This record gives sequence, C-alpha cells and structure tokens, in this order.
Amino acid sequence: MSDTPVTYVRTQMLDQQAPPTSEVGPVRWMRENLFSSPMNAILTILSLYVVYVVISHVGPWLVNGIWDADSLSECREIIAATGDGHHSAACFGVITARWHQLVFGYYPSELYWRPVLALVVFLVGIAPVMFPSLPRKLYIVTMAAPFLCFWLLWGGSIWFPIAIALGFGVGVVAHKLLDANVSSLAGMIGAILLPLIYWLYICGPLAGGLASIIPLGIEFVPSRSFGGFMLSIVIGLSAIVISLPLGILLALARRSDLFIIKTCAVVFIEVIRGIPLIVWLFTAQLLLNYFLPPGSSFDLTLRVIIMVTLFAAAYIAEVIRGGLAALPKGQYEGADSLGLNYWQSMQLIVLPQALKISIPGIVNTFIGLFKDTTLVVFIGLFDPLGIASAIRATTEWNGIYWELFLFIGIMFFISCFSMGRYSLYLEKKLQREHR
Amino acid sequence: MVELTQERTVDRSHMQVSDEVAIEIRNMNKWYGTFHVLRDIDLTVQRGERIVICGPSGSGKSTLIRCINRLEEHQAGDIIVDGTELSSDLKNIDKIRSEVGMCFQHFNLFPHLTILENCTLAPIWVRNTPKKEAEEIAMHFLEKVKIPDQAHKYPGMLSGGQQQRVAIARSLCMKPRIMLFDEPTSALDPEMIKEVLDTMIELAEEGMTMLCVTHEMGFAQAVANRVIFMDQGQIVEQNEPTEFFNNPQSERTQLFLSQIIGH
Repeated sequence: MSDTPVTYVRTQMLDQQAPPTSEVGPVRWMRENLFSSPMNAILTILSLYVVYVVISHVGPWLVNGIWDADSLSECREIIAATGDGHHSAACFGVITARWHQLVFGYYPSELYWRPVLALVVFLVGIAPVMFPSLPRKLYIVTMAAPFLCFWLLWGGSIWFPIAIALGFGVGVVAHKLLDANVSSLAGMIGAILLPLIYWLYICGPLAGGLASIIPLGIEFVPSRSFGGFMLSIVIGLSAIVISLPLGILLALARRSDLFIIKTCAVVFIEVIRGIPLIVWLFTAQLLLNYFLPPGSSFDLTLRVIIMVTLFAAAYIAEVIRGGLAALPKGQYEGADSLGLNYWQSMQLIVLPQALKISIPGIVNTFIGLFKDTTLVVFIGLFDPLGIASAIRATTEWNGIYWELFLFIGIMFFISCFSMGRYSLYLEKKLQREHR
Repeated sequence: MVELTQERTVDRSHMQVSDEVAIEIRNMNKWYGTFHVLRDIDLTVQRGERIVICGPSGSGKSTLIRCINRLEEHQAGDIIVDGTELSSDLKNIDKIRSEVGMCFQHFNLFPHLTILENCTLAPIWVRNTPKKEAEEIAMHFLEKVKIPDQAHKYPGMLSGGQQQRVAIARSLCMKPRIMLFDEPTSALDPEMIKEVLDTMIELAEEGMTMLCVTHEMGFAQAVANRVIFMDQGQIVEQNEPTEFFNNPQSERTQLFLSQIIGH
C-alpha cells in the first residue's frame, strides 16, 4: 500500500480552449482530404498539375472567345488580327448568330411568342404539382395546360384541342354513370373504351363541324418547322408529363389480381422495354400510320411524342413497381381494414409512399428520357443536334464543331442537373415531413 | 403477462351481452394453397361479447379474425357480419370493413400522414364526413386514448404504445360496431403493454363487441366473457374465463396453459 491519497477534489474548473490550428478550418480539411498520406500527397499534386494543364489550354480558348462574328472566316480574321497568332480562341459567334435557330428551329420568327407563352403556361401548370404550398386554384391551369400548350405550339382551329379535351369528360361521365348503375368493373372499362371510341370516330368530325360553323383559330404551324431546343423540350416534357400517370397505371396493372389486366401490362412493358428506342422511333416514322384508322394522317412529331412516352412509361412502371413492392404489406391491410376502396387506398395511402420511395428512379428515368430526345435526329427531325448539322452545312459556318456541341452539351447539362437537384429537394422535403 | 386486476377494477356494469347476433361463422374452411389452415369453424358472436382467442402460433387464430373483415378470403362456409354475408362482392366487403374496426400487431399507421390525418382519413373518404366534423371526432377519440397533444405529429415520432393507441383511435373514428384485435400488444415493450390494455379495457367497459387474439391472459380474465382456444386450425375449447383457466377440459389446452402460465 502506498501513501498516495486516493481522494482528489478539483479546486479550479478549466476553461474551454481553442483547438490547435492544425485541427480547424482549411488546414485540417486539406490535411484530411488532400495530404493524409505520402501517396495521397503525390496524387494531389499530380491532379493539380492535370487541372492546370487542362485549364491553361482550354481557359484562353474560352475566355478569348469571339461572340460577334457572322461567319467562321470572319471569326478567324478577328482572331488573327487581335491575337499574336499563337493563341486559339473559340468562335461563339455561331451561337449568337444562330441563336434563334438553335432555340426555335424553323418556327416562323413572327410567332416566337407562341412557344414562349406555351412554356409559361406549362410552368404555371406544373407549379402547383411541384410545390404543393401554392394555391390549389392553380390546378385549373394544370388541367387546361396540355390543351392550351398544344394549341399554342401547333396552332390551327381552337375546336380541335377542345374536342380532344371533351374525350376526358366523356371518360369521367362514363365512369360515374356505369360505376353507380352497373358495376365498378363496367365503370372502369367504360371509362377507357368510350373515350377511345369518341376520339377515333366522333372527335374529328365534331371539331371539323364546329370549325366550319365558328372558325376560330390561329395560324397553323406544321411539325417540320419545329426544331432546336424547343423540339427537345416539347418532346421531353410531353413524354415526362404523360408517362408518369401512364407508368403508375401500368405498375398498378402489373400488380393487379385480374389476370387479363396483369398480362396486358406485362406484355406491354416487356415488349416496349425489350426493343431499342431508335427502333421504336423508326416504327413511329414509318409504320405507325398503318395501325391508325384510314384517313387520319398523324403528325410525325406527335407520333414521336407517343413513342417516347410509351417507352418512358414502361420504364417508369418498373421503377414504381419497385416502390410498390417496397411498401410493407401492413399499409395495404391498414387501408383495407378502414373500408377504403381500391382507388382510394392507392391514391391516399399506397401511391404517396411508393412514389416517394421511387423519386430517385423516376427522375433518373426522366433525365435519360430527356437526353434520348436527341435520337430523333435519326428520323429527320431537327433537334439541337440536327440544327447543329444544318448550321455546319451552311457556307458561313462550315467547319465549326466544338463551340456548337459545347453549347448544346451545357444546355442539356443545365436541364438535367436541375431535374436532379429538384429530386434531391423533394426527397429531403418528404423525409422531413414524414419523420 | 401483465397483471391488471391488481391495479384496477374493471367496471362490468355496461358489459351486457345482448341476444342480437353480431358475427355468425358457419362451417368455415380456409386453405393456403394446399395447407388446410382453418377447419370447420363454427362461431357465433353476440353483440357486446368480448372474446379472447388464444393458441399456439400457427394455430390459425389471426387468420380467423382476418377472415371476418376479408383481409383473408375463406373458401368454404359462410361468414355473416352484422347481417351482411361476406362474398366476393366488393361493395359488401367495403361496407363490412367500414363497420368493423381492426388493430394490428404492427399498428399499420400511415407514416406519411399526421396522427390527426390518420384518424380523419377514413371518415372523410369512406363516410363523406365534413373535414371539420371528422377532426372533432378524431380529437374526441384521441383524448379518449389520452394522446390529444400528439395530434399533429407523425407516427414515426411516437412510441410503440402511443402508436397502438392511435391505431385504436383511428378505428374508433369510423364508429365501428365490432372491433378486431390481432395481437395488439405482441410488438410492444412490457411497460407499454399496460397502456394499450387499459385502453382496450375501457373500450370493453363501454360495451364494444370485441374479438381479440392475444397472449395477455390477465386481460382475458379481466374482461372476456368467453375464451377460445385454437390449435391446428380448429376451435379446441371455449369456455367462460374462470372455468377456462381453472378447469381446462382438453389435454391440449392444459398443456398450453401450463406453458404460458408456467414462466
């Protein structure tokens, strides 16, 4: 036994002290992330060198870029006149000179306000869906937006989009009447079949008749005038907006207990998914008219939109099916035990949760879909890449490529990156709310 | 097992069994694939009865009460709930489900809705109750299960016992005539079991018709007027609780009781 006393009483409390400089701020960050070991230090220095080399080559080219030239030769003259002859410079003049063409394609320049207005209508329509805190009255715009945008973009008689919209009214009325008076299955079949019959046989003559009685409309713009980013956005956004509800229905159908509905969904999804998009686009271009009733010649852009939509819907359906499968069985049973019917439990309980789980997958599919719209260049539509080829074929800009493709790439990146950010925002928001 | 009778006396004044039949099950059979899970079940439940169903796991007790609101489909025999026969008619099924409340082992609250929204959902959508009225009803029942102050939280923020009480309140908001409980306390910590059982006892005191699958024998003794013992998909023995616990007739029941009371 030693004599050291075991008891100890602190007489003075220690104040908090600042940590050593190597443990805070940028110094610590660099030590941890860049120079944590000799190997890492070497790699860091090597990477910095690579970054330097790239920037020192590309930087001046970007910074010295010529923005006001009307042709490639003019641009080169300016570079030769200003530089010392050794420095390269980009000819961004092609973007300023052909800006309208890159954005609107061959859309008549006096009608540029129409696609712009259509975009505004679309954004107002989509706003209440994306940000639920906005007033619910905006949903009126959401419902009208598809038809209004269609009419603004293509023009023509106003009766045609109205007649198409009436088809949905036919569906709702048919569902209500049959569901109440016959059975819920009859209501469902009626809600699908009657509008289809209406659209195929009544819609056209009705719109034509109304147009001949009260001719009301704006100048018609054919699809071949569509081009540039406007075309990508029209195809991409239509496909995104339509494929989501379609994909949800397909996913529900694939999990249905009804054999025929389930089989149809499985066959549809597997066939669409199993064949490359470009094949479907060629089908849209060459074959689709054979399947439509005789006499109805369908616009090529519309055909492409339909094909891209169906293609995306098949993917979305599978993504959402994953979300549905991830939901515990108890949620379905909880909804059932309260007496909610199938559609109520789907709408109120199952889909909100399944969609939340599926958000990353859905947005991933949308981003892929938006980029895939560039494939339409192969069936002769002038998407940004098609326009770029057309610009490069002119005498003024023959020989330019980096600047155009860089610009197109950046535009696509901005669109896709913002979609990705929105999905992150949504995920975080829902996470917060449900916790 | 939680001893209830020591801590509170159960008021039996309203626990009257009427002659009216609430549920009638006749010769009901059910198979899972080729497995015969329920065999020749005959059971009549009078209005106001409190029935506890017990038995070893896999004996079909959960399946039995899940057949009553058609969460499981029976293949033979009849089930008549509140005068409505259960068939494949979807409208009948939804009607029965809105009359029969159910509480699950894992609560099955909707995690994306607040407690209040969980409770008002079915009254608003199934009964077309105006939102304001539905909220008043919900608050009334949330007060009854003693968690009105949690109304605006999400289920994930509550303890298991609180969640189960919300689940009970959610069912009560539909003003059900019959309540089914499928092992309501099996997923709970011991100290939370009591708060849930207290809520269930209160419900029994008000004369609710209850079918309860549970291993809480204290609860059975305190409130049940009939205990049913099931094994291998059959009703092996049923009796009033004192007789059932003190004087079990079948060998199988004796073995089961000795095992659960023994520890």
